[in-house]
Amino acid sequence: MSAKAQLAIDRIRCDGHALCAELLPELVRLDDWGYPIIAPGPIPDHLLAHVQNAVTACPVLALALKRAEKPAR
Amino acid sequence: MIEERLLAGPDLSRGPESLASHMQRLGPPPSIGPALIDVVERSGLTGRGGAAFPVGAKWRAIARGHAEQPVVVVNGAEGEPQSLKDQVLMTARPHLVLDGAILAARALRTSRIAVVIGESKRAALTSISAALAERPEPELRHARIVMAPTRYVAGESSAVVHLAGSGIALPTTRPPSMHEAGVDGRPTLVQNVESLAHVAQIARFGAGWFGAGTVLITAVGAVSAPGVLEVGSGTSVREVFEAAGGTRDTRAILLGGYFGAWVGAAQAWDLPLDPVALRDRGLTLGCGVVGFLHDAGCGVCETARIMGYLASESSAQCGPCFFGLRALADATSRIGQRGSNTEDLVRLDRWSKEVAGRGACRHPDGAVMLLRSALAVFAEEFANHAPHWRAAPSQPRRIA
Repeated sequence: MSAKAQLAIDRIRCDGHALCAELLPELVRLDDWGYPIIAPGPIPDHLLAHVQNAVTACPVLALALKRAEKPAR
Repeated sequence: MIEERLLAGPDLSRGPESLASHMQRLGPPPSIGPALIDVVERSGLTGRGGAAFPVGAKWRAIARGHAEQPVVVVNGAEGEPQSLKDQVLMTARPHLVLDGAILAARALRTSRIAVVIGESKRAALTSISAALAERPEPELRHARIVMAPTRYVAGESSAVVHLAGSGIALPTTRPPSMHEAGVDGRPTLVQNVESLAHVAQIARFGAGWFGAGTVLITAVGAVSAPGVLEVGSGTSVREVFEAAGGTRDTRAILLGGYFGAWVGAAQAWDLPLDPVALRDRGLTLGCGVVGFLHDAGCGVCETARIMGYLASESSAQCGPCFFGLRALADATSRIGQRGSNTEDLVRLDRWSKEVAGRGACRHPDGAVMLLRSALAVFAEEFANHAPHWRAAPSQPRRIA
């Protein structure tokens, strides 16, 4: 997994369960309505394991780790 | 200035042009096939649905290496409430639009065509249905007509694909991109009706003839003759204002419809109505709506009204759009009704930055672009707006 990987959110699937923000506060904060805002930039290597956990934990499978194409927000 | 190419021919008030009249004027669409992609690319034509994406490049991406027959979707949903140009074109010049559709289908080597028309545009629907029945080409005789609901996002290209494929006019998450897997999983071209009508003329007269081209404009607001005008690309806002019978003092112009931007009149008059030139200035021609706000109009209240509309037109699929646009509309409307307050101004600034880019489609982005332009152009009004239910200061009442 290279540092060029990005977190991507399927905005239609996301229902604001907020587990991602709970498990990955370094990269995810919530807006005023409880939906995730992802920190810009590449994912630091030391967080990759936590990112995997967050991706797996999302109850609606809205979070994914993608090779960078377009930056997720 | 006014330059009628798409709208040339019989007077618009005479209704749909017949196939006989169309053929007499222009002859049949030439048999070019895939070589048309090159011609369209050289013409520099950009899409007229709002995004101004180069048409030739879009076709080339679809033509490139797919085994499956693509689908050509003719987009006449025209969800923008102020825009009339697509329905005027479909109603008056149906065969020009259908020529574009058949040329696109043959360039992409497919026989699959679907025409999407907004359900409220009855005249366009009647005209296109009758025109399809008149055509000799089998691809057009077998074309499907799909009615789009009268919703703002129904014309968005992924929503159009979703509608043509499964009857649901809601935007979808990308990827897959529609030029890879769109209607029925096939590569799909979604092209606005005006773009296709331009293709019909470029195929006949060549890329060089097209030059800067023309644009269809819907002039609305403080003008005495609102409606659709065809002007040479690069015509100034002032020329359109005059052609549409504008006489009142105008303080600001809404350029590009509800996904466009407010521009102060002083800066707007000399702007060229050209999709690429406007994009280079960080503006957009969008679907060609140019709205004039007269001197007595209130920029805050007008923006609050539009934001309220855009919030209610969210398809409610993505949280940041559904909740964010409603919150932004409410805050704008509070400033309009109760007067300026710092809390709402701070919220507008923060929320508008947070919401942009966080939807499956670009609905939130368009709404936020409009709002941020209002915050800049009407900055003083947003900062010093008086509550609207308080009367203007009057003479103190004399007691006895």
